[in-house]
Order: sequence, then structure tokens, then C-alpha cells
Amino acid sequence: MVDISSYPQALDGPVGPKPRRAFSAGNIVLWTTLAVILFYYALPLWIMVVTSLKGMPEIRIGNIFAPPLEVTFEPWHKAAFTACTGLTCEGLSAGFLNSVKILIPSTIASIAVASVSGYAISKWKFRGSEVFFTILIFGAFIPYQVMIYPLVIMLRELGLFGSLTGLVIIHTIFGMPVLTLLFRNYFTSLPDELFKAARVDGAGFWGIFLRVLVPMSLPIFSVALILQITGIWNDFLFGVIFTKPENYPMTVQLNNIVNAVQGVKEYNVNMAATLLTGLVPLIIYFASGKLFVRGIAAGAVKG
Amino acid sequence: MDDRAASKAAARPNPLFRNLSAKIAALPMIAVALVVFIGCTVWTVYHSFTKSRMLPKSDWVGLDQYERLWATRRWLVSVENLALFGVCMLVLSLTIGFILAALLDQKIRFENTIRTIILYPFAMSFVVTGLVWQWILNPDFGVQEIVRSMGWESFEFNPLYDVNVVIYGVLIAAVWQGSGFIMVVMLAGLRGIDGEIWKASRVDGIPAWKTYVFIIIPMMRPVFVTALVLIASGIIKVYDLVKAQTNGGPGIASEVPAKYVIDMMFNNLNLGQGFAASTMMLVSVAVILIPWAYLEYGKKSDG
Repeated sequence: MVDISSYPQALDGPVGPKPRRAFSAGNIVLWTTLAVILFYYALPLWIMVVTSLKGMPEIRIGNIFAPPLEVTFEPWHKAAFTACTGLTCEGLSAGFLNSVKILIPSTIASIAVASVSGYAISKWKFRGSEVFFTILIFGAFIPYQVMIYPLVIMLRELGLFGSLTGLVIIHTIFGMPVLTLLFRNYFTSLPDELFKAARVDGAGFWGIFLRVLVPMSLPIFSVALILQITGIWNDFLFGVIFTKPENYPMTVQLNNIVNAVQGVKEYNVNMAATLLTGLVPLIIYFASGKLFVRGIAAGAVKG
Repeated sequence: MDDRAASKAAARPNPLFRNLSAKIAALPMIAVALVVFIGCTVWTVYHSFTKSRMLPKSDWVGLDQYERLWATRRWLVSVENLALFGVCMLVLSLTIGFILAALLDQKIRFENTIRTIILYPFAMSFVVTGLVWQWILNPDFGVQEIVRSMGWESFEFNPLYDVNVVIYGVLIAAVWQGSGFIMVVMLAGLRGIDGEIWKASRVDGIPAWKTYVFIIIPMMRPVFVTALVLIASGIIKVYDLVKAQTNGGPGIASEVPAKYVIDMMFNNLNLGQGFAASTMMLVSVAVILIPWAYLEYGKKSDG
């Protein structure tokens, strides 16, 4: 469980061997290799974009790498509002709304619960707190398939199976190991003097947390936010198992649209739908820069 | 750190009520650790020894479910696929991840841009990844057709519809999605290595590749072990990717254990088989995790 954010050098300058002259044999090899690699990584995004902007006739005759001769936004419109899943034909818009409805409470609940837990076990250690924390961390490695059925039964007994609340609880539970680790490590690194001073001033457990720690921990909260938004948005397994078809998140609807057996395959609509579903994490990723790297590095335990 | 109110009320406060707010705040964490990670796991393992079918039952049948499981062709195919996929994924991710990290560590220009391009697939969901690569590998429009239209008429590259190699089609997508993350882990490891090592090896005239192979890689052992554990625990969980890219097909050629479990529990209503298969998943995680935990934390007391 390497928390990479603890290597301060990780995001600083390189320490490898010295660079060579600009056109040395080594440099040419280096840049050719990099070009091939970048091609492999960038290609799918390029293909998604160009395919989604072509009409079907152009796709049938042209090649998938070529930019569109005639740009059309029809596939995007169809993907969003009229594409069929085999049951209904209302596109991804319903799934998008469901995903938002799942995302907001799940993100807030999981971060709230995990930050308080991380605070309790870092600054208010009690007998057994380390044991529970260790169980939690090892729990992160247990395949979800092992725990999923008993959870279905529990939610059914509580009358929450198939509801959004049920799914929010599931996301809160499975977000806990990584987030608690993240917050625990961060709060542990804060000086104890700060905490003692607040105690002397008469602040209690919640007072210290809300008035002292939270305001000075905004960076770690944003890391957690990025981690949870991408994680919950990209979830497929919990969405398909713990919700009813009318609550299916976007990923599940996307899969149902693209892999629907009926009808003619419209590859441009499929790619527009795929791109639409990937858009939220992509925007978060490009906008957040190094925070995303810190998030996934700390979230490494998630595996 | 005892609770002031409690200590005023009684001369010798009940230790259970010391630090009470922290304990209450940690209740969700304790509940998740005990009820979900331990309770649900034990429940599933126990029920894998019963003859549960449509509903969980407690009639003990010993190892019957496991005997049936290991006599099922689909399970055997799943395990074989996972082994092939797993070995290739481990080797490729570690090699590509390390080489990329070493390339990025050469004081090259545009390092941030290159890292951004290599890492963006990691922000994408497995569903999106699977669908994009399903399209790129499409025999009528994708890579195969492009190469053929360039003049090489007999070119064959159709992994997704070939029973023998379909799992490698999934592999290409998985490597695309996950190797950037391993690169970040490796880069953090490389940046953690003392720059003096490089100076010393230059003074001695040792070529860079030799320094990497004989000095740097052995020094990075912990980073490699962490990366290995992360990749391995991810491999066992592979579900959404297969579900979206091939749905286990053609036939059952690309089935994986995680998908076997979900299908048995929620589609085939054969709970006993699902429990037995998920217990096997748990066993394989334990086989990876226990030696690692022993190596990492066994020696140190501060785990």
C-alpha cells in the first residue's frame, strides 16, 4: 500500500540520466518510441471523436482513422435522446440524470463518513481502532463478488433494494477503505500542537473537526472528490445489481444501447454514446491535472 | 485524550465511555469492517458449502458445489482465460509501465503533456474502454480492414471473433486502460531514487541500460511488489471490461470468473455455484495478498 503522495519527489523534476544532444541516435530512438506509444494511447479517443461525427454511409465506405468529410451532430443527438436499449428508445439522457442522482449523494455521503472515520482514528485513537482500520484496508482487496449477495439480502430486508438510497449506501461502503486511508494519512501528518491548542480553547471532537481540520484540509478533500466522482461515475457492477432498470446509471444504459441485439448497428451513434459517457471523467481528468495523479496514487489500494 | 464531561461525572470513568464521540463517529467504519468485510465474506463462504439454489439454504453438503464447479466447462474456461490474461497483463503492465516511466524520466520536454496522454485512459470506465476497442477491433471496419485496404489483402487480425485469441483482444484494451497508472507508480519509484547513484554510475562509465537493470530495478523492488499486488488484485476483479467488449463470447471463449459469479447469482439462479466460485476468487486473492502482507508488515512492528 504505497501512498505515492508521500514521495514528495514524485511530481518534481526528473532525476534520471542527463539528456543527450538534440539529434543524437539515442534521442531519435527515444522520440520514435514515444511517438509510437502516444499513438497507441491517443488513438482510441481520436477514433471515438471522428466516428461519432460521421454519417453511417461514410463509415461504411471510409476508414475509421480518417477525419469526417462531412461533420454531422445527428449521432450525438440520437445517442442522447432516441437511441434504443432493447426496451426503451430514449437515449442516454435518462441514464445521465440517474448517474447525476447517484453521483451527488454518494460522493457527499462517502466523503463525509470516511473523513470523520479518518479523523477519529488518527487524532482520537481508541482501543481497537487500528484493528478495525486494518480489517478495512484488507477488505479493499476482497472481490466484490464475495460480499455482493449478502448485501443484496440486507438491503432487501431494509426495503432499500433497487432504490437510489440503497446504491448510495453501497458506494459509501466500498469507497470507505481508500478514503479513510487517504484522510487518516493526511490528518496524521498535521501537527498535534494545533489539535492540542484547539482542545485548550475548549473545542470538542466535532468542534475541532469542523472548525479547525476541515478548513485546512481542502486539498485532500478535493483529491477525495476527484477520486469519488470518477470512481462512482465509472461504476457498472453496483449499478446493474443494486438498481432497477428505471434507475440504471449511464454506464449500464450505454452498454445496453451499444450491445443491443435488435436493429441495425449504428456505429456512429454508439461512439457518440460512448464518448458522452466518458465525458464527465475526461473533463474531471483534464481539469484536475496533478490532483488526479495524487488521487489515484493514494487510491492505489483500490486495485 | 479522555472526555472531560465523563471524567467529571465519575472518579473512575468506565473505559467504554472514554473518548465517546470518537467511538460514535467511528461506528460506520466499525460496522463496515465487521458486518460487510468480515460478516458478508463469512456468510458467502459458509453458504458455498450448502445446497442453495434459488434461495440461500443452510443444508450442509460439504464440497459438492466445488466438485460441480470444477467439473463445469465454463468455469474451467474462465479460470484458464484468467490465468492467460493475468500472466500477460502482469508482464505487459510491469514492462510497459517501467519503460514508460524510464522514458519520461529522461529530462524530456513536454513531460506533462505526454503523461497526460498516457494516463487519460485510466480515467475512462471499463465499459467505455471495452466498447471503444470493440469498435477498433471490428473486423469489417477496424484495424483489419484498414490494413487490407492498404493492399495487404490476406491480413488477418480479428481477435474478438476468434475463439482462440479473443482473450488477447481483451488484453489489448486492458493494457491500454491500466498501464498508465503503473507508469505513475513506477515514476514515483524512479524519482525516489537518489540522484547520486546516477552520478556514480556515470563516473564509472556504466551504460544507462546496465544501471537500470543491475542497480535501479533491484532498488525498486518494493515499488515492483506494490505494482504487482495492485495489478493482480485488479485482474481477479475483471468483469465490466469483458461484459462490454465481448460479453464472454464468442460462445464462452472469453468468460472470466468474476462474470461467472454474477451470472450464476443473478441470471441462472444457481446461488450455490455463485458462492463456491466467489469463494475461489477470495482464495486466489488470499494467495497473492497473504505472502505480500507477510513480507511487507511481518518484519516491521508498526504495520
